[in-house]
Amino acid sequence: MTSSSARDALEAAYRAEARRVLATLIRLLGGFEPAEEAMHEAFAAAAEQWPREGVPPNPYGWLVSTGRFRIISRWRRQARVNGALPELAALIEAQAEPVPPAAIQDDELRLLFACCHPALPPDARIALTLREVGGLTTEEIARAYLTPTPTIAQRIVRAKAKIKADALPYEVPTPVELPERLESVLAVIYLIFNEGYAATDGPNLTRPDLSSEAIRLARLLEGLLPDPRDPEVLGLLALMLLHDARRATRVDPAGDLVLLEDQDRARWDRAQIAEARGILARALGLRRVGPYVLQAAIADLHAEAPSTAETDWPQIVALYDVLGRVDPSPVVALNRAVALGMRDGAEAGLAAVERVLAGGALDAYHLAHAARAELLRRLGRVEAARAAYERALELARQPAERRFLQSRLEQLAAHALVSARTSQIE
Amino acid sequence: MRYVCLIYFDPHQVFNGSPEAEAVLAELGPHAEELKASGQLVMGQPLTLPNEAMTVKVRDGKMSATDGPFMETKEMLGGFTLIEARDLNEAVQIAARHPYAKLGFIEVRPVVDYSKPRPRL
Repeated sequence: MTSSSARDALEAAYRAEARRVLATLIRLLGGFEPAEEAMHEAFAAAAEQWPREGVPPNPYGWLVSTGRFRIISRWRRQARVNGALPELAALIEAQAEPVPPAAIQDDELRLLFACCHPALPPDARIALTLREVGGLTTEEIARAYLTPTPTIAQRIVRAKAKIKADALPYEVPTPVELPERLESVLAVIYLIFNEGYAATDGPNLTRPDLSSEAIRLARLLEGLLPDPRDPEVLGLLALMLLHDARRATRVDPAGDLVLLEDQDRARWDRAQIAEARGILARALGLRRVGPYVLQAAIADLHAEAPSTAETDWPQIVALYDVLGRVDPSPVVALNRAVALGMRDGAEAGLAAVERVLAGGALDAYHLAHAARAELLRRLGRVEAARAAYERALELARQPAERRFLQSRLEQLAAHALVSARTSQIE
Repeated sequence: MRYVCLIYFDPHQVFNGSPEAEAVLAELGPHAEELKASGQLVMGQPLTLPNEAMTVKVRDGKMSATDGPFMETKEMLGGFTLIEARDLNEAVQIAARHPYAKLGFIEVRPVVDYSKPRPRL
């Protein structure tokens, strides 16, 4: 075998196997740190041996057993140097025993649950999941979240220290714990997706790499959790696939935001919508609806509608009513108010949005003010609409969203000018 | 990616002949061998004490040289390693295994990536 083809095989093995090798080594060696060292040792050994001896038939198995063997030999050597107690030697022997499992992917699932453990701070769960399960580097995560790299590195270091200190379990939770643990995993996946779908800041409105990774993680969960599948796992997967199917039309070639009503529905990914619809049907068949299933059902009504006007708004309002009972939040109330405006007209919608804003929780949420401005504009209340768009613009950070709000303000100014001239003529 | 680990320590803690210090010094060789074998060590260089150093600068075209660096803290730069790591977290983990991490501290600095714009301050 030539050295360049061995190098290619090694790179391919790294891309395909590194995450799973790491996940298995964490289980076998009992922690992130020895597992990462072992994985490095394994790939270093592969770089040395594969060009000489050829690529082994099962690279995953080879990498796991080589990494484990090397790190345990190192522990033995250090134990001798430090004159360690016989107990330590016994521990090392015990660690050396297990055989790589047939069900490799279970280790990835264990790792996902460990990274999303509710004992860890929420932002640490996201960073840890992206690095350990998603295979992103600290630098890539920092870029995606526009956070200094040392801040992200610190979150990961602290989270790992907490996993070690508190001996957080590295396992798929028992059926009793599953609902609570799953909730945290789903929340982390959805936050990763949302940052990819509608970035809070940064030059690009969408970050497809984050969205794709979130979808991959949801598929992993869906494929590996024991039956009966939790409807919320299916709901989240369907929801993300439906949103993602519209990705290409949400931003125009200049990088500007395109509203749902103006999107070219012919360019929505119909195959992906069909797949999502099948998953949603399975979720609904389980007869227990949660927030993700309901949001997926709403997204599905948008996906099947030929236009905004022909959308089944009464059904969407009804689904938001259920969602508001299952998972009440001001944002759900806002979305319901906007849908109400589509069903019953702008006057009713405005009243509903203003009721939500009066609650105070969304006072700093730019989309709440943008929604109110949009309804005021439709009602021809130009001055009030302008003030509301300006408030939204003060709060928005993402450049494409800011450009959109600015263009709305310019349109209003032009409109006001035309009305003023018209009234003069009259 | 490559990272430089700048190793700082208080020489009075390292060269005082205590059992802890001697144990750290004895680990230096094997640790370097291990890092080299795993391909993570690009290079490493211990440095002499600052009393053998000079500091030089040029202002208005004139060179001036003074003895040693200014010692404002007890800790001094005792050496550095250049390492290869996947990301900052891996680099930090590698640095944490350095024997001197037990006596002094190690600053982990990413090397400059010329494909990125220069910082503007």
